[in-house]
Amino acid sequence: MDATVVILFLSIVLLTLVITYFAAKRTQTTGDFYTAGGGLTGWQNGLAIAGDYLSAASFLGIAGAIALHGFDGFFYSIGFLIAYLVVLLLVAEPLRNLGKYTLADMINARFDAKKIRGVAALSTITIVLFYMIAQLVGAGALIQLLFGIDYWIAVLIVGIMMTIYVLFGGMIATSWVQITKAVLLMAGMVIISFLVLLKFNFNISTMFTEVKSATGHGADFLKPGLKYTDPLGTISLMIALVLGTSGLPHILMRFFTVKDAKTARSSVITATWTIGVFYILTLFLGFGAAAFVGERNILAANPGGNMAAPLLAEVIGGDILFAFISAVAFATILAVVAGLVLSGASAFAHDLYGQILKRGEATDKQQMLAARYAALSVSVFSILLALFAQTLNVAFLVSLAFCIAASANLPVILYTVYWKRFNTTGAITAMLCGLASALILVSISPSVFSPNEGEALFVGNPLFPLDNPALISVPLGFLGGYIGTILSKEHDATRYAEVKVKANTGYRDS
Amino acid sequence: MESHYDKQRTFRQGVDYVKVENSSSFQRLMYERKKFILPLTIFFLVFYFILPILTSYTTFLNTPAFGDISWVWIFAFSQFIMTWVLSTIYVKKAASFDEQAEQIIREQIDDKGRDAI
Repeated sequence: MDATVVILFLSIVLLTLVITYFAAKRTQTTGDFYTAGGGLTGWQNGLAIAGDYLSAASFLGIAGAIALHGFDGFFYSIGFLIAYLVVLLLVAEPLRNLGKYTLADMINARFDAKKIRGVAALSTITIVLFYMIAQLVGAGALIQLLFGIDYWIAVLIVGIMMTIYVLFGGMIATSWVQITKAVLLMAGMVIISFLVLLKFNFNISTMFTEVKSATGHGADFLKPGLKYTDPLGTISLMIALVLGTSGLPHILMRFFTVKDAKTARSSVITATWTIGVFYILTLFLGFGAAAFVGERNILAANPGGNMAAPLLAEVIGGDILFAFISAVAFATILAVVAGLVLSGASAFAHDLYGQILKRGEATDKQQMLAARYAALSVSVFSILLALFAQTLNVAFLVSLAFCIAASANLPVILYTVYWKRFNTTGAITAMLCGLASALILVSISPSVFSPNEGEALFVGNPLFPLDNPALISVPLGFLGGYIGTILSKEHDATRYAEVKVKANTGYRDS
Repeated sequence: MESHYDKQRTFRQGVDYVKVENSSSFQRLMYERKKFILPLTIFFLVFYFILPILTSYTTFLNTPAFGDISWVWIFAFSQFIMTWVLSTIYVKKAASFDEQAEQIIREQIDDKGRDAI
């Protein structure tokens, strides 16, 4: 660890702690804690969405995937961005108009049933845990590589930092950590991309020509099919990417931090531009790493390709850029895990404790205390899981989280807003079918069972052929909701009229 | 639970949502939203899924477009352009939905939507 890395690393830690200190003074009510009082402006929330979304998996994972697999790595960039059209056109505004703190609040605008709240909280917590373990395991491995410290110390550092932000500063601190990180990350991406383009004389065509002969794959590097050879597997992954985002709890929660649907919309626009530019730049990072770092060096540092971006920074920008990019990667991880803790805590404290146990009659002080205890428990529990999950494949956990979000949460969101006949039974069957089918299909997939030892968790033949089951589990989520609905006679047209009017006009009566 | 629900319903009295829903201005808003959003959604989903389908089952996107840049890259970049263009178009259109919504709240809910209690 050289001095520059340590100084930059510590300044980021210090900056986030200063943010948390000021945020803590402004966090007075439960509303402040969960949603920053709904007081973020469009561009602030847009940057915070970008900061919440662009995880280490995006920054380091995609750059590495493009460096190693060429075009196939770029599939992720496309799917992750277009997902925001689903969010913008179908989900963001009705969600803002109907919800308060959580996804369950929004579904409960139509059905007052504790069972639904319970199931929604269950699916939120499941997604948060998978996503969180992925981030913490990735963070541990990364910090271990960057700073040469032990995995468990690395996980503990990240874990303690995220707990401090959420516990003391709530959503205000989390949002500003995410905004700061988004700005730092974009700056880092632009600097590296500029230096890469400089090497190619700012000629994109030259870059493609050079990269064609720079890797061991030759011309195949620029063609699809290097990594994803199974057509159905590719399409299934693309379904999970494009539909999963609108069901991710920490992204959904970001629509409650603005005052109305109009601001929610403008924040998605800011996010879409930021995220879009980011994913275009992943191409320059990936190509740059393939050309100037080389496949052998990338693989030697980390078999998953996660070190491609930091190594590229070192090659083209020297030690200072390497230190800066490492520090940015650290900030990236912190911002994402803090958002996850908060969404997990809201499901526990607001849905399970506040609404189900206390029937919505807890005082603000009790709710705030519950929220903090829940945040602490979610943090401790996920740190413990991450300590034992060191060997799990991070990319697999992330794509699983997207798949569960697309299968369990998206159908119920769309049905609640757009389907008149939808009812309580349908809401429960939609969520349970999506959740169960995603979990069961993954547990018998090639990610869990492989005939070759060491390639998956268990040795054996997979019963289901696809790594990512979205192709089957998303339709099952929709189908479950449909069958559950038509099997039950219950149906409340008056209530739907209310939901429809509120979702589409933004009118609130309380 | 039912009684809790009914109690809330009594509190919510004051706005006849069914009446608002059936009003011609609300019906028009719903019709215009649907007419705008549905084709747009179908378009971007089809445009998106054509990419993996073409790359999985055909090879013609591998033909060069500009120098060593093949059509598959052009198609991939056009997905980014499409996202930005569609979101800009949506925001422009949504401004008119906002105006309609405000008018509905003003005329249907604030003025005459309320039952005399």
